[in-house]
This record gives sequence, C-alpha cells and structure tokens, in this order.
Amino acid sequence: MNDQLTLSKADGPSPATPSGEPLLQLTGVQKHFPVMDGFLFKRQVGAVHAVDGIDLTVGTGEAVGLVGESGCGKSTTGRLVTRLLEPTGGQISYQGRDIAHASRKELMPIRSEIQMIFQDPYSSLNPRQTVGAIIGAPMEINGIKPAGGIQKRVQELLETVGLNPEHYNRFPHEFSGGQRQRIGVARALSLEPKLIVADEPVSALDVSIQAQVVNLLQQLQKDLGIAFLFIAHDLAIVRHFSQRVAVMYLGKIVEIADRASLYERPRHPYTHALLSAVPEADPDDNRERIRLAGDVPSPINPPSGCRFRTRCWKAQEKCATEEPPLVQLSGNVAGHLTACHFPEEPGVAGGRDVVLDPALAAMEDEAGAVIPEPRDQQD
Amino acid sequence: MTTLAKPEEAPAPSGGASFLSVRDLQVRFSTEDGVVRAVDGLSFDVERGTTLGIVGESGSGKSVTNLAILGLHNPESTEITGSINLAGQELVGAPRRTLEKLRGNTMSMIFQDPLTALSPYHTIGRQIGETFRKHTGASKKEARDRSIEMLTKVGIPQPQTRVDDYPHQFSGGMRQRAMIAMSLVCDPDLLIADEPTTALDVTVQAQILDLLKDLQQELGTAIILITHDLGVVAKTAHNVMVMYAGRAVERGTVREVLKAPQHPYAWGLLSSMPSLAGSVDVPLRPVRGTPPSLINVPAGCPFNPRCDFKEGVLGDRCTTERPEISPATGHGSACHLSVGQKQDIFIDQIQPRLG
Ligand SMILES: Nc1ncnc2c1ncn2[C@@H]1O[C@H](COP(=O)(O)OP(=O)(O)OP(=O)(O)O)[C@@H](O)[C@H]1O
Ligand SMILES: Nc1ncnc2c1ncn2[C@@H]1O[C@H](COP(=O)(O)OP(=O)(O)O)[C@@H](O)[C@H]1O
Ligand code: SF4
Ligand code: SF4
Ligand SMILES: [Mg+2]
Ligand SMILES: [Mg+2]
Repeated sequence: MNDQLTLSKADGPSPATPSGEPLLQLTGVQKHFPVMDGFLFKRQVGAVHAVDGIDLTVGTGEAVGLVGESGCGKSTTGRLVTRLLEPTGGQISYQGRDIAHASRKELMPIRSEIQMIFQDPYSSLNPRQTVGAIIGAPMEINGIKPAGGIQKRVQELLETVGLNPEHYNRFPHEFSGGQRQRIGVARALSLEPKLIVADEPVSALDVSIQAQVVNLLQQLQKDLGIAFLFIAHDLAIVRHFSQRVAVMYLGKIVEIADRASLYERPRHPYTHALLSAVPEADPDDNRERIRLAGDVPSPINPPSGCRFRTRCWKAQEKCATEEPPLVQLSGNVAGHLTACHFPEEPGVAGGRDVVLDPALAAMEDEAGAVIPEPRDQQD
Repeated sequence: MTTLAKPEEAPAPSGGASFLSVRDLQVRFSTEDGVVRAVDGLSFDVERGTTLGIVGESGSGKSVTNLAILGLHNPESTEITGSINLAGQELVGAPRRTLEKLRGNTMSMIFQDPLTALSPYHTIGRQIGETFRKHTGASKKEARDRSIEMLTKVGIPQPQTRVDDYPHQFSGGMRQRAMIAMSLVCDPDLLIADEPTTALDVTVQAQILDLLKDLQQELGTAIILITHDLGVVAKTAHNVMVMYAGRAVERGTVREVLKAPQHPYAWGLLSSMPSLAGSVDVPLRPVRGTPPSLINVPAGCPFNPRCDFKEGVLGDRCTTERPEISPATGHGSACHLSVGQKQDIFIDQIQPRLG
C-alpha cells in the first residue's frame, strides 16, 4: 500500500455539504478536562483529551452522524456545539459567527436555534413539572409569545411528536420511555431550532420504540428543514438517519464521508473494524470479521502518532511517530477524508478473518490471521 | 470457514428429557396496584452445548424467567408455579439450600452490569477464588491458581499480576471478562447471561460473544442468552424464543425465526431494525403502540391492541381467545392466523421491507 497517494486537504474540494453553506463549522476544536490530584491543595496533574482538534461541518438541514466507542468524545462534541461547554481551543462558527467563547449574553439569540436532545428520557425531564410546563418553559424563558398563547403552541407540539394534546397536564412518570423521549423532542422543537444535537436519542429505548422515535426525527428533519448532529454508537441507526457520518476515536475524527462512501468503502482500519463488529440479524451474514484486541486507551495519555495504533493490525514505525492527517485519499470521492498512513484498499475486502483477540487466537491457531504481539492495555 | 464459523443449528432433542426443561411456568408478584403476571404459562427446553436466545422488549419477562430458574426471587412476594427441571432435578419449590448449592456450581449467571456483581472491596482474584472454594473446598493457593487459569482463559493479559487488581482497575470489557471467568470457575452446566454485552461497545461485544461461543464449544455448557438485539442472537444462538407479555409468542431455530418468522410481533421486531445494507429511503416500520400492562393483560391475544393483521382472523378470536403456541414442538408461534396466512404475509408484505 502506498501512503504517498494522498491529496492534501487544501487541494481537494472541501467536505461536501449537499444542502449548501455550512450552518455550523468546527475548526480544530479541543476540549481538555483537567485531572486534579492532592488532598488539600488541588493541583492539576494532567488533562483528559476528551476532544482533541476536530474539524466538522453541518450544512443547513443536513443530518450528520457521529459514531465511535464509549468515551471517544461524542457527547463532549455535542455539548461544545450547544455551548454547554466552552472549548479549550479552536473555533466553533455558527452561521459565520465564531461562538467558541461567546458570553452568555451573546449566546442568547443563538441558544434557541441550537437545541439538544439527551440520551436518558428519564433523568432529562423534571419529574415535578407537568408536560405542559416542561415543553413551554423554553418559550417562557426566552420571552417568546406564540400567536394563540403558549398552551396552544405546546398542544400543537404534542401533536407534532405524536402525543395526545390532552397530555398537557400529566407528569413525566405517567409516560413510557419512548413517550418521554417524544416530550424531550417537543421541548427541543418549541423554539423552532435550526440545529438539533441529538445525543444517543434512542439508545435507552426498545428496538420497536427506537424505530418510532427515529422516524419522528427524520420526519422533522425533512418537513421542518432542521439540521441534526446525530450522536449514536449504533452504526445501522446512524446510517439510516445521516447523510454524512464522522467516526471518532479517542477525541479525533479518524474518518468522515457521505453515508454510502463510509459504509461501503471504509478506508480507516478502525472504521472497517467497527463495521465488521456490528452483528446483523441475518444467520447467513458472512461478512469479513475483524476482532480488535483490548479496549480504547486512556484519553489522559493518548498514544503518540496515530491514536489507534495500539489496536491496529497495520501499525508500523511511522504510526508511532507521525500523526496521520485527515485527508482525501486517492480513490475516494470528494468529502471522504481519512486519517491513516496505511489505509485499507478501497472497497471492503472479503473472505479473510482477521482475529486480533489474543485469547481467541491462542485457542484457534488460525492460519493466515494476523496476530500482533500483545501490547500493553491501558484503561 | 474457520472454527469461528457461526454455530450450526441445534441437534434435534434426542428423544428423552432435555437438560433444562421448563413447563407452564407462572411467576406472579403481588404489588400495591395488583398482581403482576410477569411470566404466564411459559414452556421451553435447552440442550447441553446449545444456546437459547430469549428476545423481547423490556418488561416482557425475560429476566424474571431466569431469576426463577436461579431461585433468586423473594418468596415473600413472589408466587411461582409450574415446573423447572434441571438435569432431572425439580427446582420449583426446592429448598433454598439446594438452590444455593446449585447456583455457581451447576448453574451460574452473568449480569448486564458487572459492577453490580463484583465487589469493589476485594481483588478480582479473591472474588473468583471464593466462588471456587465455596463449591469445591479448595485451598487458598489452589483457588488463586484457578483464578489465574480462568483469567487466562477469558483473555485477560498478564493474568499473574492482574489477578490482584480491584474491579475499578479493569476497563468495562475486562470486567465483563472477569465476570465470565467467575461464572465459569466451577464448570457450570448451565450459564444464564442476561444482556451480557448491552453495556459494551460493538468491538468489545464481539470479543465477549466470541469468547462465550468458544468456551461453550470447549466445555459443552448450555447457555441462555437474554438480549433485545436480534443481531446478537443471529451471531450466537442456536435456538430462539421470542417473548411478549410473559409468554412465548414464537420459538424455533435461529434460522427459522429470523428467516421465516411467523408471529406479527416478530415481524414488527425485524422491520424495526435498520440493517447495514438496507435501503435508507424508506422509513422504519416500528411496532405501533406501547407494551401492555401486566396487571391488566389484554384479553384474547395479548398482542392484539398493537397488531395490524387481525383482519385475517375470523370473528373476534383475537380479542377473546388466547392463542396457544403451536405446533407443540419445533418452529411454532402463538397466533390465530393459519400457517398459510403467516407464510403469505411474511413473503408478500414483510420480507420486501427487510434490507
Ligand atoms: N466533566 C468532565 N471531567 C473530566 N473528564 C470528562 C468530563 N466529561 C467527559 N470527560 C471524559 O472525556 C472523554 C469523552 O467523554 P464523552 O462523554 O464525550 O464520551 P462519549 O463519546 O460521549 O461516550 P459514550 O458513548 O459513553 O457516551 C471520556 O474519557 C470522559 O471520561
Ligand atoms: N420484584 C418485582 N415486583 C413486581 N414486579 C416485578 C418485579 N420484578 C419484575 N417485575 C415486573 O415483571 C415484568 C417483567 O420484568 P422482567 O422480566 O425484568 O422484564 P425483561 O423482559 O425486560 O427482563 C415487568 O413488568 C416488571 O416490572
Ligand atoms: S495510521 Fe497506522 S496505526 Fe493508525 S490506523 Fe493507519 S495503519 Fe493503523
Ligand atoms: S392472534 Fe390475532 S392479534 Fe394476536 S398476533 Fe395473531 S393476528 Fe395478531
Ligand atoms: Mg455520550
Ligand atoms: Mg431484563
């Protein structure tokens, strides 16, 4: 494989945003959380590199998916976009304005346009408030007086999300998980947002209820032209929902592409491994399987060079010394960017199992499989 | 293919009694609001060396069923009737001491969240070793050696040093491996895994499922795997039981249930799930409505308020008569539609929707 055949990012076309100019643009965004030690006199002994320099755009009305393993920085990214967190570095521009360090006051008009839906439909709603009060609160706080009054607007919203307007005076505990998630969606819609950051919006729900909520969100995206940053670890759901998908690993985006390109021609070994690990509900599914060894390393001391190298079966010298840039590789369509020195061939290769799990490998002594020497597994 | 190939379908039960045989199991809880019929007339079998996958939405009675097998329900508030026969021994109504002896030895379990099952105050090695000593009377030294052996088996690197770590020093995936090591330390014949990978990432999930499969091949363990993920079932189970409102609504081999499902609820589950290759332009087809109350279970077929196929059934049988699962063995489903109707609807209406 030749890693010279790469276009530099500047030469290639910028990431495709099919729906026009970017509504949201992240450039080199970082978020480091201090790690404190000491009993009386706390001192900083390190930092969690939760998000470590990411570039990402979301076009008007576009749905962009963000996938990756637990702890890779997806939620932190979402909370930076909604400015619930302030970035340690980089720019976050919304409609051309840098909001990375905007004050509360400066954020006021934007807060209503960028809304968030949370993973846990149980803890994200105040149990002591009625559904009407919960959904109406953002309008009250922002001094918005809809024609016909807040109650009428709330009841319209309840209908939009598939709940009964008569539920206005009920309390959250009277609803099922799926219904509570709909209440969260109605609340997010109350300010007519242009962008919704949905952080694992269906992960806590049963499969059939999941599908109900995914359909609802998709309807809103299409009918109301709302852009989505859709965060999830379920690759099939993300594919169903998002036009473009970014894959994160340890605080970095390692690959980003339009949906078809990413799922059909993944070039980053991690994307490839992630896709091959998804179990499909088909007993005849005989896709190539890649089994990664160990777990994600700690974001406090991320590996040098390429962060995936401690689990990568293709890692070489260069991977430890040089961080691979996120660029368009030859053979990829515009907007498909990959950060890897020795990428996979375009097109998913089939036929061979790559088993990297030392326990399995020992049991199987598989001919042809690549078995790396055991590495330190940090956690 | 290599030895990693998916399991072949289960050998047909060999005439005689099954290793685990559950018959007409009923589990009821008395609560302030009334009696919860969590499990209501459930029958199934599990053979040695095979995996039964139990799927169904939350509250359908999956965990309650397995806690009944393990004898972990509170007898004060729980009424259990029917029969649970494990290797010839009746467990319903068995004395507590008998069940205690069986647990950890003949049957053991893996929970969704290893942190609730592992004590934070003792080393991993001590916890694995204690279980071993309790059931075998082995010495401390023997128990420690056994712990190291088990940690090696489940793929923990540097087991000789890791054995002295505390649970919080392990990552999520390693903790789940440690749980598996602990549950297998006495070579149980039956292993119950309740959502063993739900809290894990897909890459780690794949490691754990492979591990369970390999250990099963090596030890001939019978496994009951509870999950809501049909993908996990397809990868690991030989047989499947779909539960709804405390009952089995469909059962069969993995191939039968996933490739030719017969029950409208099973159709709904399959069409709710996006696949990695399916069309992205058509909306998903969820099961409409919400799970039923188990205090006031709908009359007739409990699925009837959410079912879109009632018009295929003559008269009002769907709302008045409870369908039994039929045929009594093999691939069966609990629905009044005729076998021909089920086949036609699946082929004409459901299959085209699945990726
Ligand atoms: N307030 C905080 N202080 C310190 N560390 C934090 C804080 N918030 C997040 N982190 C760390 O930053 C990293 C990224 O966290 P984040 O919540 O963004 O992960 P995620 O990708 O959303 O994971 P999941 O899939 O589990 O939700 C993790 O290592 C996490 O422990
Ligand atoms: N100790 C208990 N007391 C009362 N109801 C219970 C108890 N344990 C479980 N249930 C109820 O029994 C039903 C089945 O629960 P469970 O088996 O945990 O479902 P799942 O299929 O999600 O594992 C649910 O309605 C649950 O609320
Ligand atoms: S840069 Fe090297 S270590 Fe990183 S993914 Fe590519 S081949 Fe693997
Ligand atoms: S018995 Fe009637 S209501 Fe129940 S699943 Fe069959 S068709 Fe639907
Ligand atoms: Mg998160
Ligand atoms: Mg359960």
